[in-house]
Amino acid sequence: MNASPEQNASPEHSASPEHKAHPDPGVHPAPGGYPDYSVGEPIADTRSPQGPIEQRWDQRRFEAKLVNPANRRKHTVIVVGTGLAGGAAGATLAEQGYHVVQFCFQDSPRRAHSIAAQGGINAAKNYRNDGDSVRRLFYDTVKGGDFRARESNVHRLAQVSVEIIDQCVAQGVPFAREYGGLLDTRSFGGVQVSRTFYARGQTGQQLLLGAYQALSRQIAAGNVEMHARTEMLDLLVIDGRARGIVARDLVTGEVSSYTADAVVLASGGYGNVFYLSTNAKNSNATAIWRAHRRGAYFANPCFTQIHPTCIPRSGDHQSKLTLMSESLRNDGRIWVPKAKGDTRPPDEIPEQERDYYLERIYPSFGNLVPRDIASRAAKNVCDEGRGVGPGGQGVYLDFADAVRRLGRDAVEAKYGNLFEMYERITAEDPYRVPMRIYPAIHYTMGGLWVDYDLQTTVPGLFAIGEANFSDHGANRLGASALMQGLADGYFVLPPVLNDYLAREPLPAVPADHEEIASVEAEVADRLNLILAVDGDRTPDSFHRELGELLWDECGMARDEAGLRRALERIPALREEFWRRIKVPGTGQELNQALEKANRLVDYFELAELMCLDALHRAESCGGHFRTESQTPEGEAARRDEEFSYAAAWEFTGTGRAPVLHREHLDFEYVHPTQRSYA
Amino acid sequence: MNLTLRIWRQAGPDTPGSMTTYQVGGISPDMSFLEMLDTLNEELILRGDAPVAFDHDCREGICGACGMVINGRAHGPERTTTCQLHMRHFEDGDTIDVEPWRAAAFPVVKDLVVDRSAFDRIIGAGGYITAPTGSAPDAHATPVPKEAADTAFEHAECIGCGACVAACPNGSAMLFTSAKVVHLNVLPQGGPERASRVMNMVEAMDAEGFGGCTNTGECATACPKGIPLPSIAAMNREYLRSSLRGGR
Repeated sequence: MNASPEQNASPEHSASPEHKAHPDPGVHPAPGGYPDYSVGEPIADTRSPQGPIEQRWDQRRFEAKLVNPANRRKHTVIVVGTGLAGGAAGATLAEQGYHVVQFCFQDSPRRAHSIAAQGGINAAKNYRNDGDSVRRLFYDTVKGGDFRARESNVHRLAQVSVEIIDQCVAQGVPFAREYGGLLDTRSFGGVQVSRTFYARGQTGQQLLLGAYQALSRQIAAGNVEMHARTEMLDLLVIDGRARGIVARDLVTGEVSSYTADAVVLASGGYGNVFYLSTNAKNSNATAIWRAHRRGAYFANPCFTQIHPTCIPRSGDHQSKLTLMSESLRNDGRIWVPKAKGDTRPPDEIPEQERDYYLERIYPSFGNLVPRDIASRAAKNVCDEGRGVGPGGQGVYLDFADAVRRLGRDAVEAKYGNLFEMYERITAEDPYRVPMRIYPAIHYTMGGLWVDYDLQTTVPGLFAIGEANFSDHGANRLGASALMQGLADGYFVLPPVLNDYLAREPLPAVPADHEEIASVEAEVADRLNLILAVDGDRTPDSFHRELGELLWDECGMARDEAGLRRALERIPALREEFWRRIKVPGTGQELNQALEKANRLVDYFELAELMCLDALHRAESCGGHFRTESQTPEGEAARRDEEFSYAAAWEFTGTGRAPVLHREHLDFEYVHPTQRSYA
Repeated sequence: MNLTLRIWRQAGPDTPGSMTTYQVGGISPDMSFLEMLDTLNEELILRGDAPVAFDHDCREGICGACGMVINGRAHGPERTTTCQLHMRHFEDGDTIDVEPWRAAAFPVVKDLVVDRSAFDRIIGAGGYITAPTGSAPDAHATPVPKEAADTAFEHAECIGCGACVAACPNGSAMLFTSAKVVHLNVLPQGGPERASRVMNMVEAMDAEGFGGCTNTGECATACPKGIPLPSIAAMNREYLRSSLRGGR
């Protein structure tokens, strides 16, 4: 540690009044209608240790203060969410002796959306002897993120990756194995080594069940107090520290407060702001957004990942999109017809009239280019009029060669469950007819800003997993979300949380503290206001409209005019919501329409910040593609001299100009270059 | 498609419920069953009626949240989860009965939503391998024969949806419990707790009020993940082995 805590960016220090009168790169004075922003103090310290990068994590752990095992029972830690990050953190903290109070909105902690991750988990084990190393995983992740992540954090992630696999195997996670009994691995997009461990197409499920089982053991032992079907609706900040949450029991509707010595948010990403995404239907941004409103900076909200291989939508009734694992690109070949408007069935299009465009444009990575590049390439060929399927919004992912080369049985062993899922949804057999795929919103790299200790700008509030912005920069590599979630939960959070609890004076919060009553009242008021409107539009109708707007203007390609349109439209839509929303029933019962409407209120504000962030970042990087900033070949062109920073936004009020705090990014080890996958 | 739906409506655990009839039109064969219910719920909300409550989340057949008895069968006519059942498996003009899981150990919360927390308690009784974070040896320290790894995976696929219990005339949770016992007991890592695991999980299962197994096999027929019926026999063998050794 090179810095005293006072230097750390915290609301009271960095939200200084000396905001510059006017924004710099990218944003010109607003023509009116959308909230401008101002620039605050840059973030001076990320609490990342100095010295050689390989030694920083050791150094941090050595310098961390410890809590005597006998004293840990006296500390209560709240964990919100039970996915890979939250499940792993809750189990580990309880094993260490802390009293954990944990929440999930699902009926069981086993259902968190991590369960749907298909392809695998990266780790620098180098079991293949193919040249992998911690250094290479670090390098691939920084480069894959298009040089918008913090080097110290990414290096630590690569270091702990190897321990994750050991941990999961010890828990009984049934990874795929070779006949000799050792673990099998495969390749994923954006890398040239085989470092992805997997359990058929259900890796997320198996890893999550491992964490859930460890958590269940602690619940049964009385070390974790589990509240299922309970949703966090606000954060309690008392004397400048996160000291609890306000949550609603989704069955009885009761709003209550829970206090603790620290709060850990592991509530996932915000992809569902787009309505149609591969996220589970109930995944939402309310926990992180309410924390943002209470002082936690929100970083890089415009960094959203669009996954190239999803099943195209079949009609207006579509309620969510289904991912087909990226691992399919190991053996499937992506193509479209060479001619525009070619409506022949795929088997009638001869080989020489097909364009295997990824293999053509990126000969060395071929079908395994990173997700952002594969998605944009698909959009480009569809925009040219060469898309396939209804509406021309699709490309083929063809397994004919793989079946010829490996045999149907081998293909089935690797991808059987994915093929079955595809056939169930589309009624087409992918062994005979090429799959049709199209990009869809899948993951959000942005999230709550955290320092090296995964602590937000609210002391005592930590964010782990997809809920934070750390590690993936502007684009996440495949099989790295599972790695990050488990790294944060099992290995990174526990030692740094120890340090916080050991250092800070944390007097008990009296149950009758005025902040508790006031936040509970705010939460209840908002629910009552929604119920009182009694208008003529359903929550889903607003959500679809917001989602379509974001997909059009802040989706795969963004430009200034479109983002300004969105920034004009969103406040109008929000205003309309408060006039026309209709939610039957009461707040004192299981009311799923009320849950949806309540989440939407936060989506409107978040959507606005995403568009503002996308507008201010007048460069392209990773998943953020500004059409004004591209190379002659049409690739994302970064503008490092102006934008080599993470944008951390401070909330100032609904519809009011937020304050931008920049965390400048230094690259000591991986030198920024134009990414090349050709 | 136009359909007649007869849906179980029940305001709360202590209020009596009944089948209520609804007409729903404009259903596309490409919709999932839940998207069809979404369509109905949109209409109900606009009418000011309470929408039908049902559990759902991932909508891709893996989280295990959804589950309803459709025309008398758990998850309906296809062997899949309710979210992955598509309307192309029904005919225009059909009347469809929709009910919650029926089992003593799964009390109704509201409409089609039931309380399956008994499953969590069965897992908590022994459905884990004790391996506190940080204590693990290198992943390659213990090779696992591929056959054992494959068997473990096949049983670990259970999504905890509860269809096995709903389909069983006795409301038994044997398939759910045995899937976890076999997953963990077949692996070398699960060896040290092999005996206590099966004893404790079976005891927890019985304490939750699930019925006994009479080998009807309905559970495995309804299971959307294909957990094999012999899993139950394997658990019984584990139980016998453990009993003979005094539960150790």
